[in-house]
Amino acid sequence: MYLSSILFAVVFFVAIGMFTRNIRRIIRNINLGRKTDRSDQKSKRWKHMTRVALGQSKMVVLPIAGLLHIIVYIGFIVINIELLEIVLDGFLGTHRVLSPYLGGTYDVLIATFEIFALLVILAVSVFWLRRNTMKIRRFWKPEMKRWPKKDADYILYIELVLMFLFLTMNASDYWLQQHPEGQSYYTQAGSFPVSSWITPFFDGMSYASVVSIERTAWWLHILGILAFLNYLYYSKHLHILLAFPNTFYANLNPLGRFSHSEAVANEVKLMMDPSADPYAPPTVESEPLHFGVSDVNDLNRVQLMNAYSCTECGRCSDVCPANQTGKKLSPRKIMMDTRDRLEQVGKQLNRGLEMDNNTLLDNYISREELWACTTCNACVEACPISIDPLSIIMDMRQYLVLEQSSAPTELNAMMTNIENNGAPWPFNQQDRLNWSKE
Amino acid sequence: MMDNTTNPVQTMAEMTQNGVSPEVLFWVGCAGSFDDRSKKITKAFVELLQRANVSFAVLGPEESCTGDPAKRAGNEFLFQMQASTNIEVLNGYQVKKIVTACPHCFNTLKNEYPQLGGQYEVLHHTQFLHQLIEEGRLNIESKTEYKGKKITFHDPCYLGRANKEYEAPRALIKKLSAELVEMKSCKEKGLCCGAGGAQMFKDAEKGDKEINIERTEQALDTNPEIIAAGCPFCNTMLHDGVTNKGKESKVAVLDIAQLLAQTESL
Ligand code: SF4
Ligand code: SF4
Repeated sequence: MYLSSILFAVVFFVAIGMFTRNIRRIIRNINLGRKTDRSDQKSKRWKHMTRVALGQSKMVVLPIAGLLHIIVYIGFIVINIELLEIVLDGFLGTHRVLSPYLGGTYDVLIATFEIFALLVILAVSVFWLRRNTMKIRRFWKPEMKRWPKKDADYILYIELVLMFLFLTMNASDYWLQQHPEGQSYYTQAGSFPVSSWITPFFDGMSYASVVSIERTAWWLHILGILAFLNYLYYSKHLHILLAFPNTFYANLNPLGRFSHSEAVANEVKLMMDPSADPYAPPTVESEPLHFGVSDVNDLNRVQLMNAYSCTECGRCSDVCPANQTGKKLSPRKIMMDTRDRLEQVGKQLNRGLEMDNNTLLDNYISREELWACTTCNACVEACPISIDPLSIIMDMRQYLVLEQSSAPTELNAMMTNIENNGAPWPFNQQDRLNWSKE
Repeated sequence: MMDNTTNPVQTMAEMTQNGVSPEVLFWVGCAGSFDDRSKKITKAFVELLQRANVSFAVLGPEESCTGDPAKRAGNEFLFQMQASTNIEVLNGYQVKKIVTACPHCFNTLKNEYPQLGGQYEVLHHTQFLHQLIEEGRLNIESKTEYKGKKITFHDPCYLGRANKEYEAPRALIKKLSAELVEMKSCKEKGLCCGAGGAQMFKDAEKGDKEINIERTEQALDTNPEIIAAGCPFCNTMLHDGVTNKGKESKVAVLDIAQLLAQTESL
């Protein structure tokens, strides 16, 4: 027992250490972005997070996927209560250490975990079928090839395996509890409405082999969980953590209010008011070096957190008018590209390498994608965790227009018209009232 | 009875000169001022304002583009120039309340002018018309020509999702005793007509369909007699879509103001 406790402690702390390193990297990478002030409306933010992330209010817009997701989500939270006992047992070399303290409640808890484990197995199986055998458009878009597709399937496999290990562990435990040899160590504890169906499979095996099955399942289960914890960083599954801060810091303004640029406001003030002091210190700190966004460090921190939080569910692209009509633009891809680019930058930082010459613009997101957006906000409205792909598109358009003067020709003509005669078409401003005389 | 149709529309400048301050400023917008289809919406709305005896003014030659298409195209600079010029004019006349038939103007004036010093109460014309009816100032009870007719409403992105106004236009359609039929994607899920984000002024990127065709198909799927719009750009896009489908003689695309106004003036 002594040896296994030491082994457990080592494994546990290594896993937690790696996880902490991953979290630190994420925070460092997010902090590469510009500061943005979202410290306002605290109580509204708590409510929004509670409703959207905790309460999954946007998930149920699609009822089937929403219901399945809620099962997996509640199952995840509930079954993780058991994790506390597993970790304690691991450290102390005990077995079901909490059972004497909880009495009848313990039985209820274990039974609940088991029922949820079964529900999760069912839900995850349906998820897998939906993703792999049904032609649900959002799962088959070009950006979902290779790693994103594998990632989505791996998560489902891992969840299935973990649930089976959990049930096997309980089933063998239950068998051992009833075995005369096991009575002393395997205390009678727990109620096993699901795994008791597996127990008969062990009949006829020796006591020793069932003990080793129990131990193996116990170890694989906890090792699997610790491994999964460290897999998050590489996966869309990071949303199980980031959905919370992500919704908390969401944009709560009307969706039609696009971001305001104080830097431009200062320039405009100078142009409109000749008496203004051109050397006056800027009113906002961390002024951007240039207008708009060409790479991840021009984005703000909420936008970068958005990228790490994205679940790649594709609800945004599914409702995007451009994407629906076969244009290259996919708001999900905008988020995935942003994360990929940020990771690339992060990797170079980790290794102390010199930065490459790539940028988010052109090397990841093409101009064709950016100009296809109708700014309709459908993607923002649809996102179950309040991600705002449109803000990234708009910031990049701003870079294209203000820094590169490279808008499509027709748009340049439109803007010249506005500049010259105050309308997007070549009509004379003096004629604005002509309709009333026609 | 006063003959409304010859009643000239007054500008803010004229009203101020006469020492009158109107209840509301009607922001006509570029489409409403210059585009032939949209001018009909402008006229229909003016007719309703006059019928309800609302004291209103327009800016006329002092009005300039709100800057919406510039901002959506990424030209924050041009947008702020336009906004500052307009705000100077509006504040000069001490305008408090603005109504407009264009959701893009509505959104920009309402949400993006305050940061630049323009604080106004801004209403979309469907909201204002709904208020007028509720207050008993505008009476449309006598209008029976829409009774039982199937009308579907296309949510403009900048009225709906951008500003969460889904009900005012629908309430007006119901007031006409028409049968309101909803499209497959409506309200929060409403599909864009394809004109927003400055797309109106350029060709679409390569794809396998035009957005306005997709949306028109959704509208036609409801078998409507009328497709109601609340935005001059949506109106044009859907009209083009209906024409493209060869349905223009059977299905009319009309602004809600046009539905409420006298039919003979359309
Ligand atoms: S805002 Fe742009 S990216 Fe988002 S759904 Fe609309 S067109 Fe697509
Ligand atoms: S941005 Fe939101 S809706 Fe789009 S794929 Fe990511 S999580 Fe899903």
